[in-house]
Amino acid sequence: MWTSDLPPFIPFFVAALLVLVTGGWLRGAIMVLTPVVGGLHLWYDVSPGITYTWNMLDYQLIPMRSDRLSLLFGYLFHIAALLAIVFALQVRDTTQSVASMLYAGAALGAVFAGDLITLFVFWELLAITSVFLIWARRTEKALNAGFRYLIFQVTSGMLLLAGALVQIQQTGSLAFEFIGLQGVSGWLIFLAFGIKCAFPFLHNWLTDAYPEATPTGAVFLSAFTTKVAVYALARGFPGTEILVYIGTVMTCFPIFFAVIENDLRRVLAYSMINQVGFMVCGVGIGTALALNGAVAHAFNDVIFKGLLFMAMGAVLYRVGNTNGSDLGGLYKTMPKTAMLCIVGASSISAFPLFSGFVSKSMVMSAMIEQGHDVLWLALLFASAGVFHHAGIKIPYFAFFAHDSGIRTQEAPLNMLVAMSIAAALCIFIGSQPQYLYALLPWQVDYWPFDATHVLTQLQLLFFSALAFVWLNKQGLYPPELHSVNLDAEWVYRKPLPAMARLAYRSATQMGNNLDSISKTGLKWLGNSLKRAPLSGYHLASSWPTGSMVLWIAVILGAYLLVDVLMM
Amino acid sequence: MIEQNLSLLLVAIPLLAAPIVATLPRGKLPWLFTLSVSWVCLGLAIWQLWLVTDGRIISYELGGWAPPWGIEYRIDAVNAFVALIVAGIAAVALPYALRSVEQEIPLQQTPLFYTAFLLCLTGLLGITLTGDVFNLFVFLEISSLSSYALISMGRQRRALTAAYQYLIMGTIGATFLLIGIGLIYAETGSLNMMDLSVRLPATFEHRTIHTAFAFIVVGVGLKLAMFPLHVWLPNAYTYAPSVISVFLSATATKVAVYVMLRMVFTVFSGSFTQDTPTGNMFMVLGIGGVLVASVYAVYQRDAKRLLAYSSVAQVGYMVLGIAFGTALGLTATLVHMFNHALMKGALFMAIGALVYRLGSSQIDAFNGLGRQMPWTFAALFIAGLSLIGVPGTAGFISKWYLVLAALEKSNWIAAIVILAGSLFAVIYMWKLVEALFFRSAPQSDAAVKEAPLSLLVPMWLLVVANLYFGFNTQLTVGIAQTAVNILRALPQ
Repeated sequence: MWTSDLPPFIPFFVAALLVLVTGGWLRGAIMVLTPVVGGLHLWYDVSPGITYTWNMLDYQLIPMRSDRLSLLFGYLFHIAALLAIVFALQVRDTTQSVASMLYAGAALGAVFAGDLITLFVFWELLAITSVFLIWARRTEKALNAGFRYLIFQVTSGMLLLAGALVQIQQTGSLAFEFIGLQGVSGWLIFLAFGIKCAFPFLHNWLTDAYPEATPTGAVFLSAFTTKVAVYALARGFPGTEILVYIGTVMTCFPIFFAVIENDLRRVLAYSMINQVGFMVCGVGIGTALALNGAVAHAFNDVIFKGLLFMAMGAVLYRVGNTNGSDLGGLYKTMPKTAMLCIVGASSISAFPLFSGFVSKSMVMSAMIEQGHDVLWLALLFASAGVFHHAGIKIPYFAFFAHDSGIRTQEAPLNMLVAMSIAAALCIFIGSQPQYLYALLPWQVDYWPFDATHVLTQLQLLFFSALAFVWLNKQGLYPPELHSVNLDAEWVYRKPLPAMARLAYRSATQMGNNLDSISKTGLKWLGNSLKRAPLSGYHLASSWPTGSMVLWIAVILGAYLLVDVLMM
Repeated sequence: MIEQNLSLLLVAIPLLAAPIVATLPRGKLPWLFTLSVSWVCLGLAIWQLWLVTDGRIISYELGGWAPPWGIEYRIDAVNAFVALIVAGIAAVALPYALRSVEQEIPLQQTPLFYTAFLLCLTGLLGITLTGDVFNLFVFLEISSLSSYALISMGRQRRALTAAYQYLIMGTIGATFLLIGIGLIYAETGSLNMMDLSVRLPATFEHRTIHTAFAFIVVGVGLKLAMFPLHVWLPNAYTYAPSVISVFLSATATKVAVYVMLRMVFTVFSGSFTQDTPTGNMFMVLGIGGVLVASVYAVYQRDAKRLLAYSSVAQVGYMVLGIAFGTALGLTATLVHMFNHALMKGALFMAIGALVYRLGSSQIDAFNGLGRQMPWTFAALFIAGLSLIGVPGTAGFISKWYLVLAALEKSNWIAAIVILAGSLFAVIYMWKLVEALFFRSAPQSDAAVKEAPLSLLVPMWLLVVANLYFGFNTQLTVGIAQTAVNILRALPQ
């Protein structure tokens, strides 16, 4: 029916147009069918090695390039889009529906982009379309958070474009293949990917904006942006040593913030940085096993993190907030959501037979194989931390803990369906990982269920569960409080503006000094000049003939002077 | 017959039509007549461009006097391209003019308004087509004088002051140009551009020629609103009638950029320019213009003034392209002339539509209008994306070439400034979007209706052109490259 070189983003963009002009059940049908049909097409008709090129501006753009890596992400994004769309079916908001279709399309466009310019186009589209999922919450807070989010994302795009341009200038090639950290272009692109990947100190957009998104918007957001960045790193920077350390820091530092955070969706945002950290580690190690682990973990993370965001989204939808301190006891009225949330929590904590286990253990094994003992221990600590803040904290404070007295309804049917599919996938992949392994881009023989692995992981989990119970009983566990926790954004909010103000003030001061010096210097010229001090010749003043004539004289004089000197 | 006299007709038709319009009765007739004249001009301009796209050159001897004694009209890909911009914008702006002028200009003045418009069109087309430097000065004065008159017809009394200021500054600029031309004439005894390009090299060592060049560069720099000689522009564009803001912002500075290109590369030459501080001056002032004007734009409270400052910044990009002096840089300048005409035209039309409904161009007055005037808002949004340089829009193409040109010269600062300029554009366009879409409208006011169709259709024509030329670069980049070859290949 279709040609196999049809870029996969096109069905989504066409669907977005159709969504714009339709309504009711027809719109729902179009939205659900797009990822289903697109995914089946990708599965049956598209094999690795297909490219489609398009000439523009004397350059060859490649909007479609399929290999095993891009195909894996292609399948993943179709699944994620389907889950999120089903979850969002009850939403009656054209802005959100259109934005989410375009957003999913942009993510697909980015992973199938074969050159840096196409990548840049979709990179920016990801930012522009996704921000509407935040603004659609229509609160003052969401508006501001969305704008901050946009600034981060657009900066990332600018860096990518700058890197791409330098790359063209230096090599003449636009191809998006291995880039590496050589030269300016490598670093620029690395930084661009780093922002989208939420590297430490560049991560604030994520924890700032995702919790402000709409209940359904957060599900979309959790699936695409960071995973596109992981894909881009895996293609452009595999085996880059520094990524191992960055990734390890990413796995560890969010744990502290997540444990004390009250808003459970913000906990999930921190937990997302932690999970992405495992993937970044895998990319940094760069062996076939590690890279497979990284992409497999991305695959699983989209599904279980999506499931957790869906569960919290359902709570938000029914209760109106997701503060750990205000919830509790919801299992009585939302038992199915609670069950599904626990499946997601088990997966993210990497319980054996749940999906997180089969991919995270690959990264861990690769780490120890490469001799990074200390880092391996750090990852082990991070795994325990994940169990704390995501595995126990989320379901415990939302559905159990003290009974908050909230009596609400079970989540709507479509939400339950989406969550059930995600939960089923978590368990299926966790217990039958060979199907996922068969899709992985690199050839590796690996089987996670050996005695060492399973035992290590179980010990880890049980001891950290023990720690949680003990701390909770002793009253030592950080209580859930309404509070604002400072993160690195403090740097952006306080010292940087303060420095800017200081610089501005000293510049003004210097300007004033210069002004007064020049004024005293000009005093002897007589009263005529005093009546028109130089400060009057401001370029933005409204009625500026004098200023203009002065400037034209200055420029002509300077020009002639330099000209005479050059002759 | 028509083909032989094509170049003359392009200037003569609007010139002859102008006095006729002045005598027409008030009402729709002057508008209709002007509209048909502008469409005829557009047709002729397209025809003319089609004749020279392959690099051919048309030489037309005015009155049968052979150059260099007679006035010669010399058409190549460069000026045919600029003439198309001028005629095209005039043809799109006039349908928009009907409703907008009805509201903003007193009825008894409309014939005079359209007369002045036609004279302005004559002047701008004349500047682009003539091959004689004194004739160029004459047409520059025709277009300037008529645009002073047009600006003064703005609805606020401040329009008079703005026009008066522009008159004084514009006259200074034109005088500088005339001084330069006079000095050249004194040295060589010729006014014909091609003749000059042959005779001038012998006198390149003379200080007089250097001084002449300095006067010309600074004088034209004022006309094209090169920072810091831009201060006439914000007031002029802010207080002019909406349709004049559209027309002048899209054409007047572009024609001045063309004059600069012609003077620097054809009359003098690229190699002469390298012995003068021109390149460095353009670089410094271009960078300064992009940064300072962008920052000023961010702090404006009046939408038209915001766009005017943004125009100064965009002129900075074009000046940067000339400063690079390379084929890529000049291509970027020419392409940006075309694309900027499209985006600024669309933006001023959108603001004009808001002014049509509200009577004010203060940004605070726009609160919440995006939902009541969705088509106008969407046009503003898309044209704004083009101004920022988002891929898929025309603005991206010109930014792309400009950044490539900067990197080709390993000029990192310029490359960073160009990208920073885009970020500033995000901020100041955001101000408009935020007011229109995210702030809520004051409750008490009655609902505002969408702009009438006669404003929306020309606006969307330009918006669609912004998108079309973001994908199809055959026309813009192709012709610009031919034009650049002509500019750079002339006798050195």
